[in-house]
This record gives sequence, C-alpha cells and structure tokens, in this order.
Amino acid sequence: MKQGRIVAGILAPHPPHLVYAENPPQNEPRAECGWEELRWGYERCRKSLARKDFDVLIVHSPHWRTFVGHHFLGVPHFESLSVDPVFPNLFRYHFKLDVDVELAEAIEEEAKSAGLETQMMRNPDFRVDYGTITSCHLVNPSWDKPIVGLSSNGAYYYFSNEVGQAQMTALGEATRRAVEKSGRRAVVLASNSLSHRHFTVEPAIPEDMSHEHSYHHGQYLWDMRMLELMKQGKGRQVADELPDFIDQTESEMKAGSLMWMLAALGFPDYPAEIHAYGTVIGTGNAVVEWDAERAPAGVRV
Amino acid sequence: MSGSTTGRSGSGRIVRGYIVPGMPHVLLAPEKSAGWSSLRASFGRLRQEIEESGADLLLLYSTQWISVIGHQIQADPKPKWVHVDPEWHALGSMPYEFRMDPEFGKACEGAARARGLHARTVAYHGFPIDTGTVVALKLLDPENRLQASVVSCNMYADRAETLVLGKAARDAVIATGRRAIAVAVTALSNRMFTSPIDPANDRISSLKDDEWNRKILEILGEGRLEDVSQLAREFSSQANGDQKMKAIWWLASLMGEHNDYDGRVFDYQPVWGTGAALVGLTASTKPAARLEFDEEGVESYSGDRGVLATTTGPDASPSAPAGNSSNERASADPSGRVAREKAGATISSSGAIRTDAAPGPVGAYPHARRVGDFLYLSGIGPRQAGTNEIPGGPVRDSAGARCDYDIEAQTRATIENIRTILESAGSSLDRVFDVSVFLIDMARDFAAFNRVYAEYFEHVGATRTTVEVRALPTPIAVELKVVAFAA
Repeated sequence: MKQGRIVAGILAPHPPHLVYAENPPQNEPRAECGWEELRWGYERCRKSLARKDFDVLIVHSPHWRTFVGHHFLGVPHFESLSVDPVFPNLFRYHFKLDVDVELAEAIEEEAKSAGLETQMMRNPDFRVDYGTITSCHLVNPSWDKPIVGLSSNGAYYYFSNEVGQAQMTALGEATRRAVEKSGRRAVVLASNSLSHRHFTVEPAIPEDMSHEHSYHHGQYLWDMRMLELMKQGKGRQVADELPDFIDQTESEMKAGSLMWMLAALGFPDYPAEIHAYGTVIGTGNAVVEWDAERAPAGVRV
Repeated sequence: MSGSTTGRSGSGRIVRGYIVPGMPHVLLAPEKSAGWSSLRASFGRLRQEIEESGADLLLLYSTQWISVIGHQIQADPKPKWVHVDPEWHALGSMPYEFRMDPEFGKACEGAARARGLHARTVAYHGFPIDTGTVVALKLLDPENRLQASVVSCNMYADRAETLVLGKAARDAVIATGRRAIAVAVTALSNRMFTSPIDPANDRISSLKDDEWNRKILEILGEGRLEDVSQLAREFSSQANGDQKMKAIWWLASLMGEHNDYDGRVFDYQPVWGTGAALVGLTASTKPAARLEFDEEGVESYSGDRGVLATTTGPDASPSAPAGNSSNERASADPSGRVAREKAGATISSSGAIRTDAAPGPVGAYPHARRVGDFLYLSGIGPRQAGTNEIPGGPVRDSAGARCDYDIEAQTRATIENIRTILESAGSSLDRVFDVSVFLIDMARDFAAFNRVYAEYFEHVGATRTTVEVRALPTPIAVELKVVAFAA
C-alpha cells in the first residue's frame, strides 16, 4: 500500500449564514443574498480542491463538544435534518453523508497510542453537529467524499489554553500518522472562525449587509495579524500566538480545530492562500488553504 | 391541563420551584450507580408532587440549552425526535414527544421584549432540544400531563439579563393565568471527570466542590433562595458552577427575589463528578426575613444593543433597526435617537432611579438610588441626554487627540444634569449635602470650575472633596457625584 498523505488543510469556518445565503436545495430557509466575500472565497477554495486528488475530508468541529476524550464518528452513514440551535431561522439542512469509519478508527487508535482519551461514536441515532455539516457543505457541496468527524474536547482548555494546545498538537500528529499509514489522500478541515465576539441582536433581515461589520477594531487587527502570519508561512508562530489570540478575541479557536490542523500539516512553513476574509454577525471569518502538495520548494520561511 | 388563557388572565402564579440536574445518566443508566439510582427515585417523588400540585405548566430553564443571540423559548406544540447526547451517546438514545405551550411561549417572548431583552420563540421540526430539558421532562412528567415551556440559557448573559428574564417569565405567568411550576435544570458544581470512571465509584470531583455544594444546599434547605442567588458568583468561582449558576438567578428572580420559602433538599449525589441535587421550594408561611443583599434587583435590560449601527460609538444612544425586537418599545427619529414611550423617571422596587431626561449611563448602573431618606447619585458628567453632545467640547477627538474645551460650560452642564436627576426623583439641588468632584486637569480647570460651582452651591453648604483623575470614561473633563436628602 502506498503511503497516504494530507494534501491540503482548510480553515473552513461554519457560519450557517453562508449556507443560508447560498440557497442550496438541502436548506429549508431562503435568502436573497449575503456574505458574498466569504461565499466567493469558498468558491475559489472549491475550485482549488477540484484540482486535487483526495479521498476523504477530515473535519474537527467545535460544535461537537465532548469532555471525556476525543470522539470520532463511527457509523458508516448518516441521513438526517440538521437544525442550528442558535440560528434555526437560517439553517435547517437535510443531509446525507458517508463516514470513512476505517480511517476514523485508525486515527482513534493512533491517538490512543499517543496517550489521549478517545472514543468511537457508534450510536446510529446520533445527529451530526451543524458545524461539521456546514463546513463540509461549503467545501464539498456534492458530498461525494466520505468524511471523518472529530469532536472538540473542551476539558483541556478548561485548565489553560496551553494545555489545550498540547492536546490538539498530539491529536493532529496522530491524525497525520494514521493518514500516512492508511494510504488515503486526505484534506483536513478546521471548522473555526477567527475572532468571535459577536452581536447580541440580529437585523430584521438576516442578510441585510448594511449591518455587517467587525465587532470592533481591535478584534479586526488581531484577525489581520493572524492572517498575515499565515500568508507569510509562519505556521509555528501562529500556533505560538494562538493562546493570546484566543484570550484577546474570544476566538472559537479555543475549540482546538486550527491547532489540530496545523499540527496535522506539520506546522506549515509555506504560505497559505487566503481565499477570503469577512465578518458574520461581527465575528471574523477567513477561508484559508494550505496546499501541502504545491508548497513551493525553497520558499521555506 | 392548560388550554386557552381565556377567562383567567392576570390570575397566574408560581406554584413552586425545583432545582434538578440534567445529566442523562439518571434517565438512561440509573442502575450503574447507587447515586444515579437514588436521583432517579427522587425524581419520582418530585413527579408525584407535581401531579398533586394543581399546576398546569412546567416552566423550565435549562443550562444545556445554550443561546448566544438573546434568549429563545420553545414554542413547537409537539416537538418529537430521537435525541442522542453528544457526549454520552454510548448511554443510549432518548426518544421524546413533548407537549409544549406555545401560547405561553409567545407571552413570555412578549414580556421579555417589553423588559428590553432580545427574545424569540422557536418552533421548527427537528430543533435540537437539549439533553437537560429532555431528561427533566421525561422524569418529571413522562406522560405529558402538563404543558411545558422551556427557556434557553444565554452563554454571555450576565446577572442583570438573567434576572430580567426571570421577571419576564413571571410577568407572562401572571398575564396568562398559568399555575406554573418553575424548574431550574442545572448542576451545582460542574467539574466532570475527563477520563472514564467506574460509575459505581462516582464521587464529587473535589472535596472543595463537595463542601460548597453542601453549603449551598444547607441554605436552600432553609428556603433562602435569594441568599443563594446572591452567592452565585462566589459559588461559581469556587466550584465551577454550572453556567455560572444562571439558573439560580433565573429561578430566584422568577419566584420573587426573597428568602421566604420552605425548602427541601430531596437528594444530593455525584454524576460523573458534578454535583446533582433535587431541591424543592414552596412559598412559606413564615414571617418575612430581613434581607441584606449585596446586589440589587434589576427590572429591565439595556445591554449591548446598539452594535448593529455602524455609526454607534460607545456613548451613542442605541439605534433601532427596523423590526429589531429588542427596541420595539422605542421609536427612532431620523437622526437615530431613540425616544422612550414613557418619558421621565422610573423608580424600581429597589429604589433605583432612571430618567430619560439625563444622559444615559455608560454601564450597568442607574442614575440614582434612594436608600432610606437619602438619594445617592451615580457620577454625573456634562453629556446631553439623547445626543451625548458635550457642551464646551470633548477633551479628546475620535482619534484620541487632545482638544481645547470649556470647563465652565462642562461644569454648568454637569450640575444641570444633576439638577434634572434630583428633581425627577422629587429632590433638588439645595438638598445636596455631600459632593465628590473629579477633574482631569486640576491645574488648568480648578479655578474656573470653582467659580461655576459657587454659583450653584454657595448657599447650599454641602461638604465637598475634589480630586484629579487621569481620565473619565467619556471624553469629559469633570464629573460630580452627590448625595442628597430625598424629598
């Protein structure tokens, strides 16, 4: 069996607003427009991925919250209705998806060997969280690739951001080893926004873009700092500064998805492609791609 | 059973309150632990009380139903699903079909908006009802004898917002004529074990948490719900209270913010390291106890509501986007200013005084508070009500650059604002007996300030303290804090 590899990593935030504004047939509510910068960024990202040969999407979502270990979807097929508990007016999405259970089990085993608490989720009634659904839809709306779904363990970040980072590093490295052993070509998705202070009220028309803006300038500056580091190929520095970033911006990255992905990618020292940046109810969101195969040789930073 | 409110509006009441845990172990696997089994049996005792209570509504607040944009209220008449907990999926599935009270939900939504909260009902097939709600309803009322209503827990809500939510629910209970049982679905200490355990050896995850839980339960057993509400911050800090014990704030507020209950602790057990207790509270026939609270009640909410307007600054009045539910009581003029339907001062039951005629506070405080025969005013500056303009000009521009300003004009405006507040509370400038003055530039401003001050206060004879401070919260040069005799 040939050695597998992670071919790309995507920072793939999951605001349900983006699916809502796109009006896919799976989603019940209808919109006129909205959040075009981010949606067009996802379009560019999809075009980029279309040029890639890959077998599976591995997604880490902050909206599958666990405390006793890291959990992995372990049922081959799910078909259900996903309703966002916060924005049910925007996201009621009928989904069908396949899970690469073999790879999920391999990652779980690898993570367990690394000393992490792990658990397979085998309950067929389980409803896959809307963060996973949203990110996967935006990256691959045809759903023609199986996924591996990882939960976000919040317990470690309870102790400190640094403890959480260490856990997610171990999980990311375990993911990479398992992919390599599996022979799969995988794309890893970190389902996280950047800064995460958001409005506490909504406009009457959710897609009324005249109300959309960054929650405040400081939050915007932090987002730009992180994106600049990503553009410069300073993956290790992004990881080093994440604890401060999380504290300063209430970032959803506290859920660990980005750290996991950076570790899975080996803390990339090649530039990331920023497909888009935009705000959703005041939060900062970016669609960012690390192309692990096209990383230019000799451009190491 | 609850039906139409016709013929009973205004006669509603809270029959009693309960605190219950929402962990699924008690529903799905009681046999695995003596503690879980005991909790299951205790739920049975509550169920019996509820059946015999004559109540027609179970009104829940679940810490596991997290919202981030205001609060949500379940209003699907018959929600039906097979629920699986994201963490405890291995324990099994939880099929449910509940009977909700959408009419009450709508009333609760309206009452919440009337008190300044952002709230909405949700009635969508497949809406993910949280584990805590499912566990509580299936164990407290498995046959759906009563209609239910469930309110979310906003993860960012502070004490004020949560108290107001409880009062809104109370308003709705009274207005709709419901006989409601209030249920706070919450853990006490909330430190879960993060590794697998043998359920037979479950225990509270730390001795400190256990001690705090027992202390809280001792107070609740005496029926002193408001005392526990006042202790919630300290408890949460010490024992990682579930969602900062917002459920207790909600319950205490809903039940009237006092200590005069008959309390009963039905059970207290660990569930995966957390503190799980079942507590009942009914109105007492004991004489009312004297209350000495650290924090006052809050009647309406005016929090972070202006953020949608791109022109809104920290001092600007909240704008009112069309259809913005939180501002339905307000109407916006073309400049974005908001005029309240009811102008003039409002005085809460706790003595907090607010008036639209004075500049809006820049934090969670009233303009003044009456305590006995005295009026304590918050620090007051020269900003103008409604516009936030600063007579005499600001001390800094929007870029933070220092500006020239007129201290005399600022001083006059400040004192006039104080006059407005005092008179709206029935007092006056000549009843002031103590003044604290804050100047940002003593060398530059003191003499001119002093001249204007004398014009107003020379004949009053109030004591005064004047200090220089580095900055004030808004770009002003002077702020006064006064204490006066009430009318």
